Amino acid sequence: MMSIRSSWCRGLAVATIVIVSGVGVTSATSNTAVQNKTTWKTMDEYRKDYVRPTSIPFPTENPYSAEKVRLGEMLFFDPRLSGSNYISCASCHNPSMSWGDGLPRGIGHGMTILGRRTPTILNSAWTELLMWDGRKVSLEDQAMGPIAADVEMNQPVEKLVEKLSSIETYKVLFNIAFPGEGISLDTIAKAIATFERTIVSGIAPFDRWIAGDEHAISESAKRGFYLFNTKANCATCHSGWNLTDGSFQDIGMPDADVGRIKILDMPRMNHAFKTPTLRDVSRRGPYMHDGSVPSLTAVMEHYNRGGAVKRESLSEDVRPLNLTTAEITDVVEFMKTLTGDDQPIRLPILPMADQSSSAKPATVGQRK
Amino acid sequence: MRNYIILAAAIATVTNVAFAAGSTTVNQADKKFSTTELTINKGDVIVFKNDDPFTHNVFSQSPGIAFELKVQKPGESSEIVFAREGTGEVKCAIHPQMKLKLTVK
Repeated sequence: MMSIRSSWCRGLAVATIVIVSGVGVTSATSNTAVQNKTTWKTMDEYRKDYVRPTSIPFPTENPYSAEKVRLGEMLFFDPRLSGSNYISCASCHNPSMSWGDGLPRGIGHGMTILGRRTPTILNSAWTELLMWDGRKVSLEDQAMGPIAADVEMNQPVEKLVEKLSSIETYKVLFNIAFPGEGISLDTIAKAIATFERTIVSGIAPFDRWIAGDEHAISESAKRGFYLFNTKANCATCHSGWNLTDGSFQDIGMPDADVGRIKILDMPRMNHAFKTPTLRDVSRRGPYMHDGSVPSLTAVMEHYNRGGAVKRESLSEDVRPLNLTTAEITDVVEFMKTLTGDDQPIRLPILPMADQSSSAKPATVGQRK
Repeated sequence: MRNYIILAAAIATVTNVAFAAGSTTVNQADKKFSTTELTINKGDVIVFKNDDPFTHNVFSQSPGIAFELKVQKPGESSEIVFAREGTGEVKCAIHPQMKLKLTVK
């Protein structure tokens, strides 16, 4: 009798703990469905997933205006937003290099080599979280980060407003773009963010093929596209017209950078970094968050191996793919079709302080 | 054998009691929650089911409703009891565009 009663109590206790702790129930496929060929769609069905959007989203808190874009463009290209008066946003986010810098890791104030590779700003209007570790929640939030960081633009933000206010034309431009608000860190960030949202990839040969031009890309690239969506499993994360779902994944890179876990302390975020766009990817090496992978073929080889490191946080979708050399070539050929017909950008004429009298030079707010 | 039957009955009873408190299923498919807003009562259960072909990691850091589910492989379900009142956002750590506004009253 005693043993029955105690087993009842134990059962009750176990059941309660099971439910309250929210332990996973049910069974299911432990592998992703992409491994199962019966779930593969047709080429034409996949093509439907890659249609470009017809408009750029602007947030209601910071709606589009031509005046904001014009002002934001000036600020983006203005090196006076840095403590040295030498580095602008465009120094690293260079329009001539697909809005990156072609370096394995960025270079900041005093030629300091930074910890991670400069991301492109292409299509950032559609990006949920910014930075490799997702620590910035909007473009407005992100804009001041590099400006203030001592290893990047090294500009004390409390002096930035004073510095820009000493240039009369900026005061006028801010009053036009933000009537009644004037120059503030908030309006500076809003102007830069609005400009950045207008930076959208040009039409790529891939886009023309998606739109129905069967001659726009090679047969190898078409095979590569199909592999991308099936056996190579790329589209699990590099999905949609912008070739990214913005997800944070540990893809098994061997370096010491632990990525997003410093921002969101959950085991799965260990060594997790944001999935970047693949637009213009063949122009934007070297690759990965630390710029350590030199070529697209090397990227494919990393994934074909199932990553360089096995650990608990590793994404289940990073696993040996058994791609042949020919298949890897096809996927790389596909990625080369993602380069847009981006036009040269016309640099803005920046407002300069009036130096016609013996006024002191414009070094207001410069860090010594 | 009788002990095992009683044990199973005990678990079944407790399970039924938990579900009788109110249970809602939220599915995850196409990197979205099946609903973007949900209101439940204190003590209710939400079953999060992963209907996507890849992993999700549902959590919330909002006060009162904070929780973290272990990673869910495709097809897996996890349930969580919301014992306190609160309101906030439920998200997926892997896919930041997945958001669900939850109110527990």
